[in-house]
Amino acid sequence: MKEIYMDNAATTRPLDAVTDTVCEMMRTAYGNPSSKHMKGVEAEKVLKESSKTIASLMKVQEKEIFFTSGATEGNNTAIIGAARRRIRSGTHIITTKLEHPSVREPFLLLEKEGFKVTYLDPDEKGLISASQLKSVLTEETTLVSIMYVHNETGAIQPVEELGSVIKEYNKDIYFHVDAVQAFGKLKVLPGKIKADMVTASAHKFHGPKGVGFLYIKDGTKCEPLLCGGGQQKGFRSGTENVPGIAGMSKALEQVYEDSFEEKISKMSEIRKCFIDGLMSIEDVKVFCQDLKTAAPHIVCAAFKGIKSEVLLHQLESDGVYVSSGSACSSNKPGLSFSLAAMGATGEELDSIIRFSFSFETDKQDTDRVLELLKKHVPFLRQFVRR
Amino acid sequence: MMYKAFLLKYGEIGVKGKNRHLFEDALVRSVERALEGADGDFKVTKESGRIYASAENEFDYDDAVCRLKKVFGLVWICPVFQIEDNGYDDLSKNVIEFFDKEYKDKSFTFKVDARRARKNYPLNSMQINEELGHDLLEAYPELSVDVHNPDVLLSVEIRNVINIYSKAIKGPGGMPVGTAGSAMLLLSGGIDSPVAGYMVSKRGVKLCAAYFHAPPYTSERAKQKVADLARIVSQYSGALKLYVIDFTEIQLEIYKNCPHDEMTIIMRRFMMRIAQSLAKKEGCTGLITGESIGQVASQTMQGLLCTNAVCELPVYRPLIAFDKQDIVEKAMEIGTYETSIQPYEDCCTIFVAKHPVTKPRLDAIERHEKRLEGIVEPMVDKAIETAELIVI
Repeated sequence: MKEIYMDNAATTRPLDAVTDTVCEMMRTAYGNPSSKHMKGVEAEKVLKESSKTIASLMKVQEKEIFFTSGATEGNNTAIIGAARRRIRSGTHIITTKLEHPSVREPFLLLEKEGFKVTYLDPDEKGLISASQLKSVLTEETTLVSIMYVHNETGAIQPVEELGSVIKEYNKDIYFHVDAVQAFGKLKVLPGKIKADMVTASAHKFHGPKGVGFLYIKDGTKCEPLLCGGGQQKGFRSGTENVPGIAGMSKALEQVYEDSFEEKISKMSEIRKCFIDGLMSIEDVKVFCQDLKTAAPHIVCAAFKGIKSEVLLHQLESDGVYVSSGSACSSNKPGLSFSLAAMGATGEELDSIIRFSFSFETDKQDTDRVLELLKKHVPFLRQFVRR
Repeated sequence: MMYKAFLLKYGEIGVKGKNRHLFEDALVRSVERALEGADGDFKVTKESGRIYASAENEFDYDDAVCRLKKVFGLVWICPVFQIEDNGYDDLSKNVIEFFDKEYKDKSFTFKVDARRARKNYPLNSMQINEELGHDLLEAYPELSVDVHNPDVLLSVEIRNVINIYSKAIKGPGGMPVGTAGSAMLLLSGGIDSPVAGYMVSKRGVKLCAAYFHAPPYTSERAKQKVADLARIVSQYSGALKLYVIDFTEIQLEIYKNCPHDEMTIIMRRFMMRIAQSLAKKEGCTGLITGESIGQVASQTMQGLLCTNAVCELPVYRPLIAFDKQDIVEKAMEIGTYETSIQPYEDCCTIFVAKHPVTKPRLDAIERHEKRLEGIVEPMVDKAIETAELIVI
């Protein structure tokens, strides 16, 4: 039985070149980048090369890239670090009801600390409107955090437009973008979207787990969360994960290589056919279908009358791996703040399956999954609680 | 580490007449098994009505005690300080030291209880009691003697070596596993069934277990959780065989053919039948369930009557009169609770009617079950044949 991995929004398989790089670095560049001897210098060089690769892909400066342990640390640092650092300029901060828990929770923490938080509502397409954002900005606002691509639905926020609205109102309001699901699928250019801080996590773009980076525009005021040895210019203490960082930069480089546009248009084509196939099954609702406002790798659908976990395990027995809602919240079935915020009903929330592709997904795979769904969905619908 | 051995005391098995040695040997084996993975090597011996676990080298005391506390049949676990016999003065010196290490505050009453297994020791038991009592009082004037109701009873046993002990840690009691035959436990991922297995096993019963798996309605993680629970129970009961039975097909047929409000009862009847077949195959002479009167709709007296009707083997239900809270407390005590409450999605609720019958009638159930005739039998046979065996 061929395995079909369609859970790439949860994590991706590291590219072979990435695995090789990580192994090689563990064998050779094992020095501590802070050591004064040759081994330290070698390891430090790996870090510099990695920053250079990442920075050039994002068209930013090397010194603006800080290595982290991944999305949770990146989002926590950006949000908590910036809000606290600028408390004297104001205590109003803004985010959306769509955010990943690693953004939502820091805002809840700051709210307890006394910050005033505005949570923006998405429209039925899952999008935040510029006019709504504009109407809530105040003299007291210091930070706005909005995700780039939604992890459950794939909805792409108009971050460029939102960034302009913020900066036109007051260029000193920081704009943080959680771009974890955008890297590898869209070109993420902080300059273009006017972001001051951007979060990335390597394992979402075929890199290793436990490593990521945070872009912080030069001059942005943000305090570190960790105290310690003062690595990375005092901003992020802790010995750098050299092999992980090298693997991350390798992954990013490979993903955005020459044929990036081609790979994306192939993925978009597959997505479109897959959605058409899903729509031909009775009582299936696909969220965020429109490719103009949705990422090419995520399809989120509700299969009326079937509990998501049941369909998930049924597909699993056929070697197909998918997710029920956001992987991070699937221990709490039925909980999807974001989809609920987009107006999904309780019954829909219980029956949501997320299919997420990678460059390795091909049409044969999606066709096979459609075939299985056409067989299983009517069968499983016979059995509902009565 | 002051202690070099444990003196293990047992209760009930002392009165089992001619079978006594069988019980003792089973207990020795249980102790050996419990200490197998311990940090340190132990020699377990049987000596004139007592069992000793003697450390052959350095060992982790807390770990060893924790393991011994899980051996059914042990009533008391006494950590023992051992010395060579180098004459009375040396013994006295050691006892005085022992007291100092064991008790910082010495304002309590005590009594010395000496015994000689070796009758050639120059002092007799009474003399040892008197001499040691005297020496201790002299060394620690804040002590006082109470021969009737002492706070501390100091035991001194003169054998090839001399054992000194004054503390007793409570063991679980019960009977050594394997002395009472074996039974098949219907194990779910819930709180009750592991406790039921524990309780019956405590009476010396060796366990087998059956878990009904219903993919895609139950997940791999749910199955893993049951294996984890079986592993915790096996720390007490010893190695056990866990059968994982694929139940989906049967469940779906019941859903299609039988009244929904009777679904749980009918399902449970099939589970009992399958568990019974496996039990017979394994030479088990009973079934064990975690049922408790009135806890859920299927566990009313009428419900139990209906499920019980398909069983030829006796069904042991040790929790039958327990309140939920008491079961929860027991689960916490034996260490299964944390695992039992892990929230893996269990979509089997699809097969639980919104309004299940609470007073099922056996004749109705049997009549409705007849609708499955000719369909379900091969499925049952297949479920038994293809049951996955996990040795825990």
